[in-house]
Amino acid sequence: MGLINGVNNDEYVRLLGAWPSPFVLRTRIALNLKRVPYEYLEEEDTLNSESVLNYNPVHKQIPILIHGNKPIRESLNIVMYVDETWLSGPPILPSDPFDRAVARFWDVYIDEHCFTSINGVAVAKDEEERKMAIAKLEQCMALLEETFQECSKGRGFFGGDNIGFIDIGFGSMLGPLKVLEKFSGVKFIHPENTPGLFNWADRFYAHEAVKPVMPDTEKLVEFARLKFNTSIFK
Amino acid sequence: MADEVILLDYWASPFGMRARIALREKGVKFECREENLRDKSPLLLQMNPVNKKIPVLIHNGKPVCESMNVVQYIDEVWSGKNSIFPSDPYQRAQARFWIDFIDTKVYEPADKIWSTTGEVQETAKKDFIEALKILEAELGDKPYFGGDNFGFVDIAMTGYYSWFEPFEKCANFSIESECPTLMASAKRCLQRESVVNSIPNPDELFALALKLRKEYGV
Repeated sequence: MGLINGVNNDEYVRLLGAWPSPFVLRTRIALNLKRVPYEYLEEEDTLNSESVLNYNPVHKQIPILIHGNKPIRESLNIVMYVDETWLSGPPILPSDPFDRAVARFWDVYIDEHCFTSINGVAVAKDEEERKMAIAKLEQCMALLEETFQECSKGRGFFGGDNIGFIDIGFGSMLGPLKVLEKFSGVKFIHPENTPGLFNWADRFYAHEAVKPVMPDTEKLVEFARLKFNTSIFK
Repeated sequence: MADEVILLDYWASPFGMRARIALREKGVKFECREENLRDKSPLLLQMNPVNKKIPVLIHNGKPVCESMNVVQYIDEVWSGKNSIFPSDPYQRAQARFWIDFIDTKVYEPADKIWSTTGEVQETAKKDFIEALKILEAELGDKPYFGGDNFGFVDIAMTGYYSWFEPFEKCANFSIESECPTLMASAKRCLQRESVVNSIPNPDELFALALKLRKEYGV
């Protein structure tokens, strides 16, 4: 049993991540919320990274949280792990079983439908495909606006007075959404169509757990231009 | 006030089976309502407007959707008996990781094994066995994924275990010869009382698979 930087080996926290990834962002927000000290390690080439292959041999993906010698994989999984392990900070998931089930449901929706649609717009090969992906994404936004109204009950966040599981899950997608808005000319989060989300987004960006780790939009735009060699980004 | 528990279900669905098993593990009295997936009920469309899928658990009028979400909800509400989800945060994280693996890497090829032929089916068989071998390595020499206890990951897999025999018949292969330890655990799970009462006869599932293959012209 040794010490790393004054912290017991078993308690030492490392996060393997990549700055543009919305999934990594989720885990950083969760760690910040709970004020967990951690070492952040930028993985520039995840497919060829020894650490990534070692700690996530099944999927070879980041983020990976390493707590002591225990690896935890998958962004939402990590957020839940952080919530359950560091109990002194504000709760990320609600305590009521029904509310917890609702929160989990919406974060799965965000990954399966919303993120897939964002990707769909980015990789669309032609105008027809792009139009369909945009329509799907607009549907997602409308549904999330309704969900925001139901969950927030007039307060600032999906989680109520403070950011919670759905805020983290969806808020991490705001960067990619802004990039798409810039290139497609479509406003996905709109003051008239989605007024709740519109104001929520500003509050989310300003939150003390989010602000220090949210990637700069211009940098994300440049990253997207280099990564997606599709017509939308030219 | 007595709890009202309704499960919107479909007899052959591995996902529906998960919810049934969890409810029976906890000794919860529930009403099972069979859905016609080709003509979904207004109640299903109202209770799961986003995905319109079963299972949906309706507890005192409030809907919970997505099978493992339902299982976790059942475990948290009826927490007194037969704990399903581990209490240790790291074990929970591991369980959730494997559920995600099962519902992507096992689900996708499994769906093709019974519904396709030729090269597509051969590739699906290969991918399916590969995924099962990864799970078998994770199982190790434990009787269940949950260790000594039938738990979250076991419930998730049992839905698929019920379909193993029909898969083998549809695609002419033996899962046991490829994954003997996993099959031993599967047999253990399939003998549990909550499971015996929750899953259909494999012959009925095979008959359904054949009927659908004929309809699809496979």
